[in-house]
Amino acid sequence: MPIEAIANIVISGLLTGLIYGLMALGLSVIYGVVRIVNFAHGELMAVAMYATVFAFAATGVDPLWMLVPMAFVFFGIGYILQRGVINPFIDRPEHSQFILLLAVALVVVNLLLVAFGPDARSVQVDYALDSYEIGPLLIDKVRLICAGVALVACAILFAIFRYTSFGKAIRACADNLLGAQVVGLNVEHLYALTFGLGTACVGVAGTLLSMLVDVTPGLGPAYTLLAFVIVIIGGLGSIVGALAGGVLIGVSESVAGLLITPSAKSMFSFALLILVLAFRPQGLFRAR
Amino acid sequence: MNRSVVALLVLLAALLALPLALDRYLLSVMILILYFAYVGQAWNVMMGFAGQLSLGHALFVGLGAYTAAALFQHFAIVPWVGMLAAIVVCVVMGSIIGWLAFRFGIGGTYFALLTIAFAEFTRIGFEHFGWVGGTGGFFLRVTQQDHVDVVHLRGPPILFYYLALALAVIGFVLCWAMLRGRLGFYFRAIRDNEEAARAAGVNVFRYKMYAVQISAAMTALAGVFFAFYYNNLFPEQIFHISRSIEIILAPIIGGIGTLFGPVLGAALLTLLSEGINQALSMAGHEVPGVKQILYGVALGAAIMFMPNGIWPVIARKFGFRRAVTADD
Repeated sequence: MPIEAIANIVISGLLTGLIYGLMALGLSVIYGVVRIVNFAHGELMAVAMYATVFAFAATGVDPLWMLVPMAFVFFGIGYILQRGVINPFIDRPEHSQFILLLAVALVVVNLLLVAFGPDARSVQVDYALDSYEIGPLLIDKVRLICAGVALVACAILFAIFRYTSFGKAIRACADNLLGAQVVGLNVEHLYALTFGLGTACVGVAGTLLSMLVDVTPGLGPAYTLLAFVIVIIGGLGSIVGALAGGVLIGVSESVAGLLITPSAKSMFSFALLILVLAFRPQGLFRAR
Repeated sequence: MNRSVVALLVLLAALLALPLALDRYLLSVMILILYFAYVGQAWNVMMGFAGQLSLGHALFVGLGAYTAAALFQHFAIVPWVGMLAAIVVCVVMGSIIGWLAFRFGIGGTYFALLTIAFAEFTRIGFEHFGWVGGTGGFFLRVTQQDHVDVVHLRGPPILFYYLALALAVIGFVLCWAMLRGRLGFYFRAIRDNEEAARAAGVNVFRYKMYAVQISAAMTALAGVFFAFYYNNLFPEQIFHISRSIEIILAPIIGGIGTLFGPVLGAALLTLLSEGINQALSMAGHEVPGVKQILYGVALGAAIMFMPNGIWPVIARKFGFRRAVTADD
């Protein structure tokens, strides 16, 4: 196989991987602070994808213009979900939380199935087939733009945690919950904000990804699992880890699709997850 | 004899006589109830007794089913022998998962994810496993339905009703015995406080492994039953995570860690789901997904308002508490 073809596939996997990274970052942020494993993560992502598909079909507006409103809407959804549904479960055993979110996921994905049916839908922007030619390499325009946006979104999230006062407060909750309560931080509100930020990542990632893949309800559970694979490989709670894990999975999926068969690509990711859990359970990019 | 034992014997007698009064459809509903009661019981050994959350139990159902079915179809090995092979395969698989996880003390969410990862990995593997049909499915020879052939497990639904009943009873008695014995106490000690159990001298690693192995072996039998009852196997269906979730619903809604929880949960959920199916088909439109939405709502409501399940509430009300609940 020519080396250019392989390089093209690796680059395309890398770019998709950055979007995966943004999605996984949402999961990681939520876990890092609220200590809740969001089992409905991919399902929320599927909601974002459907929202994009329908907004595009109705208005014809480029999905890139929808990113900011989508981020705010999903921030709101996350805030309400945490405050209304999940917060009473904060002190419950881990499996109770897990099952609660599983129930949310089950309801969401099947609502999508009932509402939109099992058929695949997609967003076709008018530059969907354009690509850049750099030397021997051929890079999809949409994929490149989406990956760039995903990086920017990650940077914004990082800046929020780093420089805003509520970002600092959130980090305080994550570092020392008791201390945060003692100095008078409103933990319930901050948890909801964090959950909102995590779901905003999903909203953005979903909008971006809907420009690259066909949307079906079945994507929900698949992306939940994918997000878990990525954050565990990268190290749960680590920002860099989520991005690096996303890229690793993106590349490994596209290479596996090339070497074996596309339908076996996620087998590769699960094998990677099993290896990481077995030999380096804290993740590749995180100290124990 | 106390009240609980009498109640149990009456129930058993009723279940033995029940097929006389049922038509084909109701018989199939009863088979489903008994099946889910049994798998729920098997899952409960790991989660309810020993506190290890598995979200990949469909893995053991699928492996058990495929092992016995492949041996039967390719080598004409009778299912009663295939069953043993299925148990061996599932126990080995369970041991691998358990060993990988427990040696580093991986628990809770991480363990649950590991079980999902194994199930999904195996599902995709079987989709590309040509010897057992891959995505196209694996089919058992269907012979004349009215001839009962116990050796090869071929026959009418009533044969499978009594098989399912036998499984459910065996599972129940096994768990009852387990809870009364040393094993059950060690399991619950680990579930309630792992560190304390270790400090008290329980070999935590070994007993967690036992829990996984027992649960895997029990679930393997459910898989064999599934294969010979339905006669067709598709990786997409049997290994899928939604199957794993289906398995855990009954014990969670009925009562995690109790003996009767899985049975009660299986009965309630199956009747609910069949009721929904009937109502939808009568209304004239069967929309895929509606049933799962109601499952989701039931699961959410159960975990929100009755985190210990329905059975403990009933048990307290009718005074069955001592003999049939695992806790207190």
